[in-house]
Amino acid sequence: MAEEMRIVLRNYGKIDPLKIEDYINVGGYQSLAKARNISQKEVIDEVKNSGLRGRGGAGFNAGMKWSFSYGTPADQKYVVCNADEGEPGTYKDRIIMENDPHTLLEGMAICGYAIGATKGYIYCRGEYPYVVEILNQAISQAKAKGILGDFDIEVRMGAGAYVCGEETALLESIEGHRGEPRFKPPFPGVAGLWGKPTIINNVETFANIPVIMEKGADWFKAIGAAKYPGTKVFTLTGDVVNKTFFELPTNATIRDVVFGMGGGVAGGKKFKAVQIGGTSGGFIPESMLDTQVDFDSMIAIGATLGSGAVFVMDETTDLVDVIERITKFFEHESCGKCTPCREGTKRMHETLKKINSGKGSAQDIALTERLGNVMTRACLCGLGQAAPGPVLTTLKNFRPDYNAKLG
Amino acid sequence: MADYKEIISAYQDLPGGIIEAYHAIQKEYSYIPEDAVVAAAQAFDISKARAYGVATFYSYLKVGKRGKNVIRICESAPCHVAGADKVVAALEKELGIKMGETTQDGKFTLEFTECVGQCQATPVITINSKPYGDVTADSITGILAGYK
Repeated sequence: MAEEMRIVLRNYGKIDPLKIEDYINVGGYQSLAKARNISQKEVIDEVKNSGLRGRGGAGFNAGMKWSFSYGTPADQKYVVCNADEGEPGTYKDRIIMENDPHTLLEGMAICGYAIGATKGYIYCRGEYPYVVEILNQAISQAKAKGILGDFDIEVRMGAGAYVCGEETALLESIEGHRGEPRFKPPFPGVAGLWGKPTIINNVETFANIPVIMEKGADWFKAIGAAKYPGTKVFTLTGDVVNKTFFELPTNATIRDVVFGMGGGVAGGKKFKAVQIGGTSGGFIPESMLDTQVDFDSMIAIGATLGSGAVFVMDETTDLVDVIERITKFFEHESCGKCTPCREGTKRMHETLKKINSGKGSAQDIALTERLGNVMTRACLCGLGQAAPGPVLTTLKNFRPDYNAKLG
Repeated sequence: MADYKEIISAYQDLPGGIIEAYHAIQKEYSYIPEDAVVAAAQAFDISKARAYGVATFYSYLKVGKRGKNVIRICESAPCHVAGADKVVAALEKELGIKMGETTQDGKFTLEFTECVGQCQATPVITINSKPYGDVTADSITGILAGYK
């Protein structure tokens, strides 16, 4: 069984998050000083060589991303932290920010130095006003100490739009607009916030940076799965014994997560399914539990690692009912900009409602499958592309549950 | 109560600050008055349609009056399977209103929300953004007592 390994949560419970001195006493901000003593390119190479890939869900090599902004000349560049954690069942970024806000600020400042940005934004979801207060306190402490140098950080609040977790929608929101995704290219690394080169990384990604600078790329690269090294923070919900969070190396298996650290299914019941990565994640049956949780292994079984949310369902769960609820979520959260998502999420919810109420036919299932495949290919952003995932994976892995409901 | 015009002017020079201004107004009023949207359009030099478009795009923001205390019940999948429907029924019974409605004395509004990120303790409700976890039909009366 995999053992917990805390990198991003290394200071959890060990320091007072509201005291910058506590963070400094455990070696905080030394990585920033170290970074500023070497060249920008050396910092980027270190991050690139560590193999760190984005922890927000897309899994892109972080150092590679940074190199795009570094290589684009501009009078102003930005570092943006995506703290709009809206994936149902996910609260890892909140845990990091509530317990160790300075590690996020340090990670962002290192990125700022590396790409040549003097301004950073943390886009924190509106549902976390208490986290915004902690972040603002941490920022003013860091400013008072002059520890961030010429790098300025400002917190902006989201306002309850799931789509703003998509990076270009997030940028639109910071600019004060409706959070509708942009067409790509250009990618934000080249033309992002107010048209300037912008690096957007997730909270968990930034929280890894100070440790990588401290211990080096080789140390990091040796942890977990070879192609997706490091750790991942998981948050467990549903019918599981330990409804909690923990951090595991990425070569742990789904079984380690659910039955090891998670303690198995609650109430002595049998396992039915687990959905990983948030509400857009695939539904995984028992036969696939020995899959490694790293990004690529999950993709290979038609699932995702995503945000690391782990939603466990026992044998009594009405899967089709859960799926109907999920399709309602996507209908509500679709921003309406592109047709396949705006219409597709609506039709999918309609059909699932019909099937769940016992009035569906085999033809409805066939249509749903076809619609899901169209959306996966035709939607503008990740929201619409991922929205059919739960429907398609349950149709594939749990078809008898649907058949039992047909009228 | 601070005037919404004063609140808006504090954010007027902040690039993209209209959403921050809306948050600040809502914190004071518990909603965004219709007139404040018009004032924001003028202050940020955008059309009324655009200002209204921003204010209504985001589900955390509410244009038009609602109760002093806003109770939101999470209906995302983890709360759904944990029995959010029983919490909804208990709240509706306790306050004598349906979801989406406001009590006659203007003290409480009931709303649905998607995930609020407190999933270690499902089902979850928030009152004026303060989260309450592991809510049951029986714990509702006690929680509401603090707001009456």
